[in-house]
Amino acid sequence: MRRFIGVSWLTAVYAFFYIPLLTLIVYSFNSAKFTTVWKGFTLDWYVRLFQNRQLLDAFFNSITVAVVSSIIATVIGTLGAFAVNRYRFAGRKVFFGLVHSVMMSPDIVMGISLLMLFVLMGVETGFLTLLLAHVTFCLPFVIVTVHARISGFDPAVVDAARDLGAGEFATFFRIILPMILPAVLAGWLLSFTLSLDDVIISFFVTGPEFEILPLKIYSMVRLGVKPEVNALCAILFLITLAAVALAHFLVTKESRQ
Amino acid sequence: MNETKLFKRTAISVNMLWIFVFVLVPNLMVVAISLVERDTVSFFRWVPTLANYRGLFDPIITKVFINSLEYSTVTTVLTLVIGYPFAWFLSRVSAHRRSLLLMMVIVPFWTSSLIRTYALVILMKANGVINSTLIALGLVKGPVSILYTDIAVYVGLVYSLLPFMILPLYAVLEKLDYGLIEAAHDLGASNFQTFTGVVLPLSLPGVMAGCIMVFLPSMGLFYIPDLLGGAKSMLVGNFIKNQFLTAGNWPFGSAASVFLIVIMFIMIGVYMVVMKRLNSSVIP
Repeated sequence: MRRFIGVSWLTAVYAFFYIPLLTLIVYSFNSAKFTTVWKGFTLDWYVRLFQNRQLLDAFFNSITVAVVSSIIATVIGTLGAFAVNRYRFAGRKVFFGLVHSVMMSPDIVMGISLLMLFVLMGVETGFLTLLLAHVTFCLPFVIVTVHARISGFDPAVVDAARDLGAGEFATFFRIILPMILPAVLAGWLLSFTLSLDDVIISFFVTGPEFEILPLKIYSMVRLGVKPEVNALCAILFLITLAAVALAHFLVTKESRQ
Repeated sequence: MNETKLFKRTAISVNMLWIFVFVLVPNLMVVAISLVERDTVSFFRWVPTLANYRGLFDPIITKVFINSLEYSTVTTVLTLVIGYPFAWFLSRVSAHRRSLLLMMVIVPFWTSSLIRTYALVILMKANGVINSTLIALGLVKGPVSILYTDIAVYVGLVYSLLPFMILPLYAVLEKLDYGLIEAAHDLGASNFQTFTGVVLPLSLPGVMAGCIMVFLPSMGLFYIPDLLGGAKSMLVGNFIKNQFLTAGNWPFGSAASVFLIVIMFIMIGVYMVVMKRLNSSVIP
């Protein structure tokens, strides 16, 4: 009996999670334009998607921002995680506290606060402001992911490297980095996903000249359901799925070792 | 300066500087600007005033905030009620099956909440999947309105935020020592007593973390009422967005944002106090 309740509870929640997403994917292949009644299989919407210049531009803009910001966040965040773990410096606790509070603070507050910062500094909103904002909200995720990994291993390894004459640079690149690489890659993939999917913060810090995909989707969806959007969302979902699966694989593989 | 020092200083200063410039300064600016007067040309002028906070107590605006708090509270309770048993059952699944099941919770966690909200639109619109199914089954005659109601907003919020409740709960329930439950049973505790006396207190950190991760964002997700709700569905997030992008009233929008920041600090504060109590009571 208890087993029955457990299985049904799990099944119901998974159905709740996946029925809307699967419907979205199925209907991206539906040839009917206005109704959600199934009228037959088609790849038309995907073809139209690749003929839509504006959407393609927005897609490449989003990918560019996601690739660049996730790389910057990963490089800075990995160094940050190492620094927090290894060094004792003034403001360390405040820094770590702020990092955690960024992860919890509502997106909208970060969005409007960065908007005001950029406007007051006279930075024109567009690619640069998006990039800076995206690095900012990805950074804490990298720091926390990598820090969890670094604090998991024996500090004696680092001391041994130092005793054997390795400089801080060599210690980091030849000892630490190879050990934490899976966590670094996971942090990078998650940053990439986070950046690609962000709506609220980008909404405030982007400019009229630089359109990105989530905001384009948002403005299209407000005007109603369109089959091309189904196709686009299906593709984005699959990208997220691939990135998350890979990140999950990297993290679980390392913890099994 | 030697290599070690150079490396150390770069690593620390780049990170500190980034967080300082793009997190600390902007947040302090929100607080500062919430305390000055509005200006139609340059957004604000440095004349101190409490008018923005007084403005939040205007009955119309208070109503928006209370509505939003209601949305968030109900959403938090719903996700907890659905998510707690889910996390519990998930943590009891055999280890080799759990990896895939856990992965299936992590995927929606990371999938764009906008895309997931849009998927709900397809299901719930007048000629959407739910209505077509109901009509085909002969359960209703014409389409029922689901979209653009309060219920749709609740479904949207719960759908978006449920993974944020489940994952922290799962993290604590998975680590729970099953021996403690057996011990409680051996000592004659009923299922209910075991739950309230053993399982619940030990999972409290997860419950609180989950509530924070659901309650806080639920006030800001402005596109959910935009896409799913009716004319009256509004979150604090919609209000802030309108102040910044439509009304151009930075100080007023900032005051509303400070409200969110204060709620965040209260929740984190309660969390830390409870954690401290818990740690001192569990580990003597």
